[in-house]
Amino acid sequence: MTPWKQFLRDGLEEVLHGSRKYHLWMAALTFCMLAGAWAYSVQMREGLIVTGMHDHVSWGLYISNFTFLVGVAAAAVILVMPTYVLNDYDFARAVLIGEAMAVAALVMALGFVVVDVGGPARMWHLVLFNWPSSLLCWDIIVLNVYLLLNFSIPLYLLYSRYAGQEPNKKIYVPLVLLSILWAVSLHLVTAFLYAGLPARPFWHTALMGPRFLATAFTAGPALMILVLSQIRRNTRFEVRPATIEKLALVVTVAAQVCLVMLASELFTEFYRSTHHGASARYLYFGLEGHSRLVPWIWTAIAMNVVATAILTVHRWRKRGALLETGCALLFIGILIEKGVGTIIPGFIPEPWGKVHEYVPSLIEVLVSLGIWAAGCFIFTVLAKIAIPIELGERRAG
Amino acid sequence: MDRRTAIRTAGTALALGAGLLETACSPFASAAEREKAKLDWEEYFQGNFRLMSDDEKRATVERLERSHQIRTGENINVSVTEPRKGVLYGYAFNVSKCRGYMDCVRACQAENNQDRRSGMAYIRIHEHENGQLNFEHANDDFFHEVPAAGHFYMGTQCFHCQNPPCVDVCPVKATWMEPDGIVVVDYNWCIGCRYCMAACPYDARRFNWADPVVPVDELNANQHYLGNRLRKKGVVEKCTFCIQRSREGRQPACVEACPTGARIFGNLLDPDSEIRWVLANKKVFRLKEDLGTEPKFWYFMD
Repeated sequence: MTPWKQFLRDGLEEVLHGSRKYHLWMAALTFCMLAGAWAYSVQMREGLIVTGMHDHVSWGLYISNFTFLVGVAAAAVILVMPTYVLNDYDFARAVLIGEAMAVAALVMALGFVVVDVGGPARMWHLVLFNWPSSLLCWDIIVLNVYLLLNFSIPLYLLYSRYAGQEPNKKIYVPLVLLSILWAVSLHLVTAFLYAGLPARPFWHTALMGPRFLATAFTAGPALMILVLSQIRRNTRFEVRPATIEKLALVVTVAAQVCLVMLASELFTEFYRSTHHGASARYLYFGLEGHSRLVPWIWTAIAMNVVATAILTVHRWRKRGALLETGCALLFIGILIEKGVGTIIPGFIPEPWGKVHEYVPSLIEVLVSLGIWAAGCFIFTVLAKIAIPIELGERRAG
Repeated sequence: MDRRTAIRTAGTALALGAGLLETACSPFASAAEREKAKLDWEEYFQGNFRLMSDDEKRATVERLERSHQIRTGENINVSVTEPRKGVLYGYAFNVSKCRGYMDCVRACQAENNQDRRSGMAYIRIHEHENGQLNFEHANDDFFHEVPAAGHFYMGTQCFHCQNPPCVDVCPVKATWMEPDGIVVVDYNWCIGCRYCMAACPYDARRFNWADPVVPVDELNANQHYLGNRLRKKGVVEKCTFCIQRSREGRQPACVEACPTGARIFGNLLDPDSEIRWVLANKKVFRLKEDLGTEPKFWYFMD
């Protein structure tokens, strides 16, 4: 048997065997994916009419999730950069997990684009690629290349370890450097997708790109801390406290920067509010009696402020339970703020000033749930294969 | 082999293979069923309209006509009339004359086979109170006798921008500006991502959230491939200056239907046209000019 075949067979065996808890987790995820698949089949049959979207708010929950998840994927670079470039080995063990997270996030992001498209069967029309004019084409390129990088680098490193070989630095270091540059451009391009539309003043701001990066580097590593804590609890994989501490520092600084940017946005939109500030007025205070997003955005801001306060105090940040609470608050807070809190108000009011609100439908929620479950499923599979190899429990031969 | 040939070859090969498969797999289907399935397959693999040769264009519309006939038993006529030489269409709207009757909206719907279930409309009429021109405060959903005292009316629709942001953002080149200035969509090529809807500052584009419904007796059978032919669910559509009419030298339905003569349409390159007279003799303005989209749609007052 060739080593590659053996590697794949061992990987499969690892995925198929596990504790009762593992199987229950995977079964629950499968159930959610099936529910999502059913909901999507309804959407395929009836059309996007079964979602809450309409001609005025033509992007909704799907594109909101897409935007947020691209950020989570980009954040993998936070782990990669210090490990490979700065030779800081505290992060090293977390890198494989971070890259698995990036792969899962990217698959989810791409999934959310596919379910949002009116004619997914016609997506082969991308052969007439409108590059460089359409930012969507840029995004398709950066997403897929980033996915490839984040899949192939850890695969190579893992396989080398599995086969007992020293990975060749000449092969992976240039790829790692490329992936770091790629992660930043990935999220900038996603921001430009919106910032490039003067038709939507709420998005047409130079702050869009930097803010996307700051929120990504908050939510991504925050999720990472939560995941690493779970892995530490449920496996023999050792995560050193120094790794968590450094990650927590990254989250803290990024969260502080996010608040600065929020203040900057609020000042510009409200000090001398213009016609172009209507979307912000709708989001934060409601417009013409319509205020569906108002409770959401203030909840998100409250979560972010509380979490940033917790993390800023050294003593509190070093306490496991408080740190995890802070990270969970930040993850959810940014999911709301950067998802629906960014995408929906861009469409409200519509170009002629009328307010037509948006509420996602049950079908939309189920499809989204299914995609999130698929992401968790993929991450679990990748981590399940990677951990025993990394621990040296599974080896070739 | 260039990209165009490559796409065409791949498309033909796929269609052939699929056709064989389909014929082999359904020995019991009726001849009509088989033909319908074959037409659907070919339609699925057809190329982008802009890259088609004249022969391919003809074959494409014949397929559409035949397909409609099999489905409904009715005949339609789908044209592919090319743009006229030396023509660039423009539109002017006389704010003094519009009285909010909405005949243009109804004529547009009847002419362009829009979905009746959602009541899709390309034209919006905004009722402004005298003394201000702020669309945020206008009423575009009025239901009372018109013209209402102390109010004036303005219509908006696709302005067929000379620098259209919607065209730039399309990832698959399914929408473009024709040489006569009309911004069109190839409904068969559109993948329904709706990026163009986000990019349009004028709310000009509409999406088929469900399968559009047009009763057989209301169907306008005189169609153009880039105009009022029947759409499917999941694609974007918009005003085409009634391309099926304008390219035959006729006026768009909205212009013809307007009882007050508020709407003027014509060739911007013809110095003797009415639209040129308006531009030369009236004080005209356009909406959201600061966005640099260069609409070919002007407003003026008497």
